[in-house]
Amino acid sequence: MLSREEILRYSRHLLIPEVGLQGQQKLKSAAILIVGTGGLGSPAALYLAAAGVGRLGLVDFDVVDQTNLQRQIIHGASTVGKLKVESARQRLLDLNAGVQVTIYNEPFTSQNARRIAEGYDLIIDGSDNFPTRYLTNDLCVLTGKPNVYGSIFRFDGQVSVFDARCGPCYRCLFPEPPPPGLVPSCAEGGVLGILPGTIGTLQATEALKLILGIGEPLIGKLLLYNALDMSFDFVRLKKNPKCKICGDQPEITDLVDYFEFCGVPGLVHDAELAGADWDITPAELANLIKDGASPCLLDVREPHELEISALAEAKLIPLGQLAGRLAELDSAQDLVVFCKGGTRSARALELLRSAGFRKARNLRGGINAWAKEIDPNLPIY
Amino acid sequence: MPMLKIPTPLRTYTNGQNEIVVHGTNVGEAMQNLVVQFPSLKPHLYNSEGNLRPFVNLFLRADNIKNLQGLATPLAENDILLLIPSIAGGD
Ligand SMILES: [Zn+2]
Repeated sequence: MLSREEILRYSRHLLIPEVGLQGQQKLKSAAILIVGTGGLGSPAALYLAAAGVGRLGLVDFDVVDQTNLQRQIIHGASTVGKLKVESARQRLLDLNAGVQVTIYNEPFTSQNARRIAEGYDLIIDGSDNFPTRYLTNDLCVLTGKPNVYGSIFRFDGQVSVFDARCGPCYRCLFPEPPPPGLVPSCAEGGVLGILPGTIGTLQATEALKLILGIGEPLIGKLLLYNALDMSFDFVRLKKNPKCKICGDQPEITDLVDYFEFCGVPGLVHDAELAGADWDITPAELANLIKDGASPCLLDVREPHELEISALAEAKLIPLGQLAGRLAELDSAQDLVVFCKGGTRSARALELLRSAGFRKARNLRGGINAWAKEIDPNLPIY
Repeated sequence: MPMLKIPTPLRTYTNGQNEIVVHGTNVGEAMQNLVVQFPSLKPHLYNSEGNLRPFVNLFLRADNIKNLQGLATPLAENDILLLIPSIAGGD
């Protein structure tokens, strides 16, 4: 039953015949798990709380930082440095104290995913990496929950509802993730700040429709949005009979982690490379230069990033062009490769090493670390 | 000529172009023509054995070519092929 206060608060919903008192009651009884409280999770959680969804679960394992505020509108300047889930809960309860917000400040893994998702009607995938997306998909397939999928990059967004009980799953479309290095993350490639607002809001819309049982859900359909072209394309998705998890003869029958997939920004792939002897810290590089050594500095960022910060002596070859421009480099010379934060340069290093550049090293933490530790005149971005 | 729509992650390799006119009577030929026009796209779309990578999804008139005739799917003069990237961003 709705209280007098709730009837007033949700009056604009109650006026819509498709929602009405019964619908609002359904929303109040619903529980939605949101994986990620970043760009997509922010608008999704805010709108679902405002709409009166009874219980929201938030999974994240991160703290709010300055670079988040360009798009993660659930957080604010006053919560920089706080746990994201705490920051988000605070904002949601300010918006609607009638919503129960359960927070999970832990990485979402095969070990805890079932426990966390227990009791939720559906999951909104607002994660930022392939391992979590495959895990969320597998969990939804195995436990029979709809997966409200959204994904973004620069100006492109994708939205779908994967419900393996009556349609295809994420793996039906993408049987396997791209290998490391082929798809940059938003942290490397950037993202238009408004884009997650558009996509996360569409995810919230689909979630609400599923709870209310109204309209046409995006099951078996994929929406492709491009902000530059302002285009919305829809394509049909079919269940793949050979799908490894929802096909006729599924190979995957339990949850697994996909750390080897890479694409977790700054986590496994980077850590793996960071541990190699191929690394050089900003302090080590500064000492080398002070001692009179002059390694060739190779900047593998994109040209427009030089306007933000640059090292004067560095040679620029964007990562995408490196394979075709190796002839411009001398494999006998000491070479220090860098990018913004060390991820692209790690990939450049793999390429260089496999091409015989034995003396190439990776500047750990990239030009941002150099700015932080050695040259405070450079901005951090 | 058929047209191929390039998603933003791959526009770095097409000099920023979002739509590429491709030559070919079927999807396979059109894709081969695409990488002839933009060789740096090739490693992103094809594996070392020369096959299209499994995460590369091509759609013609709203249908995945895997559900049509695959690379042998014929292309008409005004067809638009959509290249759907695997993207994971959300943060
Ligand atoms: Zn499937």
